[in-house]
Amino acid sequence: MPLSADDLQTIWLTLQLASVTTVTLLLLATPLAWWLANTASRWRAPVSAVVALPLVLPPTVLGFYLLVVLSPQGPLGQLTHTLGLGSLAFTFGGLLLGSIIYSLPFAVQPLQNAFEAIGKRPMEVAATLRATPLDAFFTVALPLAKPGFVTAAVMTFAHTLGEFGVVLMIGGNIPGSTRVVSTQIYGHVEAQEYAQAHWLAGCMLVFSFCVLVGLARLNRAPDRSAA
Amino acid sequence: MSATHNLLRLTLARPTGGLEVDLSLPSQGITVVLGPSGSGKTTLLRCVAGLERSHSATVRVAGILWQDDATGVFLAPWQRPVGYVFQEASLFPHLDVRGNLDYARKRAKVAKAAPAHDDVVHLLGIEGLLQRSARTLSGGERQRVAIARALATQPELLLLDEPLAALDPARRQDILPWLERLRDELRIPMLYVTHAADEVARLADTLVVLEQGQVRACGPVAEVLSRIHSPVVLGDDAGVLLPGTLDQRDAQWRLIRVAFAGGHLWLRDIGLPLGHTARLRVLARDVSIATEVPQHTSIQNILPCTVAAIAPDTHASQVLVQLACGESTLLSRITARSAHALGLVPGATVWAQVKSVALVE
Repeated sequence: MPLSADDLQTIWLTLQLASVTTVTLLLLATPLAWWLANTASRWRAPVSAVVALPLVLPPTVLGFYLLVVLSPQGPLGQLTHTLGLGSLAFTFGGLLLGSIIYSLPFAVQPLQNAFEAIGKRPMEVAATLRATPLDAFFTVALPLAKPGFVTAAVMTFAHTLGEFGVVLMIGGNIPGSTRVVSTQIYGHVEAQEYAQAHWLAGCMLVFSFCVLVGLARLNRAPDRSAA
Repeated sequence: MSATHNLLRLTLARPTGGLEVDLSLPSQGITVVLGPSGSGKTTLLRCVAGLERSHSATVRVAGILWQDDATGVFLAPWQRPVGYVFQEASLFPHLDVRGNLDYARKRAKVAKAAPAHDDVVHLLGIEGLLQRSARTLSGGERQRVAIARALATQPELLLLDEPLAALDPARRQDILPWLERLRDELRIPMLYVTHAADEVARLADTLVVLEQGQVRACGPVAEVLSRIHSPVVLGDDAGVLLPGTLDQRDAQWRLIRVAFAGGHLWLRDIGLPLGHTARLRVLARDVSIATEVPQHTSIQNILPCTVAAIAPDTHASQVLVQLACGESTLLSRITARSAHALGLVPGATVWAQVKSVALVE
């Protein structure tokens, strides 16, 4: 068995983290993307910028601020302590929070693009067919934005698998709790366990490649058949 | 204001100029809103549907207030019993034709004896398309489905925004008969926006002429078309509509005679039965004027008339002459020089030579 029990545990944890991050992010990003796609508010540009920040900031910056916020003296840390949850820093929960923030643009931007591509007309048509805005959102906007959701889900999932800096800053690389594949590979390399590193890295490479190929296929298919 | 009239009173500031409309429209038949692009026709429809919010408006349809900004009444678009047919195909691409129709049908508030689902499908001849994807339909088919879908909501008022504008001429001719059928078989009033004169001639019962956001004329279509003081909108297509009845056939020369209030006109026999009622369209550019009985002329249709009025036309070289022909009115477009040379003045007795007549239904 080329992968040790430790390695398997980190893979399992990584998949858990990526799945929960993806589901949570899609729920959060959908209303946010819808708002960004449709609002004429002056807050649009600043909110857009905040959403895109994780794309340009070094993960260490993000991780550092998260640590500050989550620490027992930080605002979120105080809140979680009051709620009896203890500090989120160096826990799976903290890692999840970091992942969600770090992958936010990967969920919001494809959804926003998809909603913008739909335009206002289908929603107007739905309104003249007696659909309330919420009804129209679920029966018209969501089905039409399906390719955007597929892209958002896959990108979020894949991006979460690959994060490293934030994980290290906020998770602390604790086995079974916050040690994920990317940090495990780092650990193997540090310990000069190159064979182990090879196996894990290879798995990541193949998996990521397959995900991207699958995504390209999924998003091409409906367009081609329509033409 | 009675329930037999629908009231549209709108004012709206737009970057391209304001819209100011105060109309009381009959609650039956087709009201065509005619105007050049940018005149505010589409904005008017969008305001009636509630898709666009005008600044101060009163909209009352079938006796129900949809909007009255003075008292704070505003029904959202999905609360207004309208059917809306957009200019371009607006079918939901993720649903097939049946899915599109069902989308409307499921949300219709079924309260009165309106056309049933199957009737709508039958009325627009789309039985064979129900399983098709919206993407595979031709432009004409798509608009027919879009009209059927709008009707499936059982509207009190059907709004049509240049439904034929995106179609090529042949397809337009395919759809016009379906629209005539709707007018004749349904009791739903329609507000129909267009800039095409042939659609006015074929479909309109009431005509509203809109220019730069202002109503230039409003009334029964034949009456509005026979006015000479707002010819700008129709330009080359200025001309009158005469309701008439086919009353005589000349089998030898393949001609048919149509009697109208004020005389009769001969035109090509296209096989319609005697007694058939029809609309005749006589364009102003096809009517010339003589002050004596024309002889040795190829023109078959010569009508004695009285000059009612003379007005400047779109170009300074031309005038429009309004002619009283019995109870009917004709328009003639001639050069100002001819009018001067013939000494045309209101009250003068003349002969109108009609070079061409079109039967529009």
